[in-house]
Amino acid sequence: MSILVDADTTFIVQGITGREAVNLTRECLDYGAGAKIVGGVTPGRKGRDVHGVPVFDTVAQAVEHHGAPIKGSVVTVPPAFTKDAMFEAIENGVELIVIVTERIPRGDVAQMVELATMRGARIIGPNCLGIIVPDVIKMGGIGGPAKDAAKSYSPGPVGVISRSGGMTTEMSSTLTAAGLGQSTAVSIGGDAIIGSSYAELMPLFDADEQTQAIVIYTEPGGRMEAQLAEYVHDSGSKLPIVAFMAGRFMDEMPGMSFGHAGTIVEGKEDTATEKIARLAEAGITVAERIEDIPGLVREKLGVAV
Amino acid sequence: MRFFEFEAREVIKRAGIPVTEYGFTTDPAEARTIAERIGGPTVIKSQVLTGGRMKAGGVKFADTPEEAESHARDILALEIGGHMPRGVLVDPKAEVEQEYYAGVVWDGTRKQPVMIFSPVGGIDIEQVAEEQPEAVGRRHFSNILPFSEFQAKEVIASTGVTGSALNKLVPILTRLARLFVENDMVLAEINPLGRLADGSFVALDAHMDIENEARGRNAKLLKDLGVGDEETRQAREATEFELAGEAVDGMSHRGVAGNVTEFDGNLGLVIGAGGGSLTLFDAVRAHGGKPANYCEIGGNPDVAKTAGLAKLVLQKPGVDKIAVMMSIVSNTRVDIVARGVIKACLDLGFDPAEKIAIFRIPGAWEEEGFKILEHYGVEYADRSVSLNEAARRAVEKIQGVAA
Repeated sequence: MSILVDADTTFIVQGITGREAVNLTRECLDYGAGAKIVGGVTPGRKGRDVHGVPVFDTVAQAVEHHGAPIKGSVVTVPPAFTKDAMFEAIENGVELIVIVTERIPRGDVAQMVELATMRGARIIGPNCLGIIVPDVIKMGGIGGPAKDAAKSYSPGPVGVISRSGGMTTEMSSTLTAAGLGQSTAVSIGGDAIIGSSYAELMPLFDADEQTQAIVIYTEPGGRMEAQLAEYVHDSGSKLPIVAFMAGRFMDEMPGMSFGHAGTIVEGKEDTATEKIARLAEAGITVAERIEDIPGLVREKLGVAV
Repeated sequence: MRFFEFEAREVIKRAGIPVTEYGFTTDPAEARTIAERIGGPTVIKSQVLTGGRMKAGGVKFADTPEEAESHARDILALEIGGHMPRGVLVDPKAEVEQEYYAGVVWDGTRKQPVMIFSPVGGIDIEQVAEEQPEAVGRRHFSNILPFSEFQAKEVIASTGVTGSALNKLVPILTRLARLFVENDMVLAEINPLGRLADGSFVALDAHMDIENEARGRNAKLLKDLGVGDEETRQAREATEFELAGEAVDGMSHRGVAGNVTEFDGNLGLVIGAGGGSLTLFDAVRAHGGKPANYCEIGGNPDVAKTAGLAKLVLQKPGVDKIAVMMSIVSNTRVDIVARGVIKACLDLGFDPAEKIAIFRIPGAWEEEGFKILEHYGVEYADRSVSLNEAARRAVEKIQGVAA
């Protein structure tokens, strides 16, 4: 199985007529079994279509046209309009929202997350590339065009969670080359506040029969790794985890921002050194190099795989 | 983006929180005029965006306006932690009975703002939290429900503060919470918040940090405060090289070829994307390489912009070669980056095969990209070569040059 999405997941694309969204729609339609994109929304563009996907002015129209609840939405509208688009999706019954948009003020993100929590919905992102279940479905730009995504991702036992979209693919490609496929790979976004952190996705992977190990990509800034360490400790999760920490050089440069909006060393807890220690204490192996990850995963899995 | 103290005080003043009758100036003579107006002992405070100004001699007490002028002159000329002051603040020396702390910050794990209050102020709140945890009150508040006064009251009361102090503090903390939300702050802190002999409260220092992504919608506030659009206020000031990098990134709106940060090594880096750049920078250093710069390519910039970035790095004094490396790309096109870096070499009269130590960008349009690189004899690598291995090869080549 997989987490979050499967072959039957229906979704819409909000902001579908934008350049990147048009590409993303094509990629998702082409990948795996072909995503069930049941509509797109761009205000004022009702009646058009994007690669055969009908465009509507409102999410409500898309739901009405589909004639049943829609599970997900990929939001790719400009930052100033993202909160409204996400609220619209939630209030029309959408349960899973992938926010691609970058540079959204965290006050807006926090409002979106709080509303999602109130409605029992989930946000992935913002500033992320989405979710992929190898050979089945991708929801978002993750892995790029279908033929490129097919080179990097293959089905298998490893769940991948990454703060960097590109590194989700880099790590998965390394696993694939070593014969270790992925159950689901999730690009969770690099902002200071995001909809779903490692610890918040772990229960889903824990409950997934296919997933036997987790690989995470992480960076300095924030305390998401400490939260993951606490989760592992408190839940007694059985899934072995291998982590890769980038941006170790940043420990020498507090107050400077690199990479992603949330990647900044503001206090001692934010440093790569401190995070590596936290992860190690929780029994999480921290790989020195990406190419070491498959070996470490195999070691943790024993000879089973 | 961080605010100077004089700006932060203006922000809290606008929110209706009492402040002293301070004045800001860049002129020693005007410091004297302000001190005369205040008419008593004053404190002259350097306006710099760095800690430790007290220790560095950036805060001085003056009994007379003449002394205020002389201190202001000294402080205006005093560099602190690599920063020259923006000006000085001339503040009445308040007779404070007790110093308190009030602040609001984000809790990224709970994804809500948290209000923090302590009757022990004037020192670092982390120190208070460690030494006297019972003296620190905390409370998260909703992003959706409007902030209500009882929430401030609960935080204050939880530290044992009662009586008229409690009632006077509630509106101050409430206003602080509201200004935090309304102005997209990531930190809003009054420390110390002083209680004077008559029982009233006044903000004696303030720290504010506004979200970069929200500068646009706070344009009026920033304009009123006189903050220029070009001011980034990073931990250290941007170098000429970094400013030139910003100019390259601004050439077009399509894609990113920027976030340039200067280092003093000999290996120029044209790298991406966000996570890939961090990984690659670490890898180059792990192999003993000395990067000349950090940067990020992403979101499919055009040939001209990529070439602009590569030229900037190639022309940096001390740069012998460049390494062009990214994690597997999905929307940035390999062929476009290849064209960009080759164009940069040719435009500057360099042989791409000589100047480009390695090109390791797999992904979208890689076949087209690799063909171009082959034509110019540039060493390239696909996804079978790890980021780490690519970095190792680049370092090996440049060390061959140095030897």
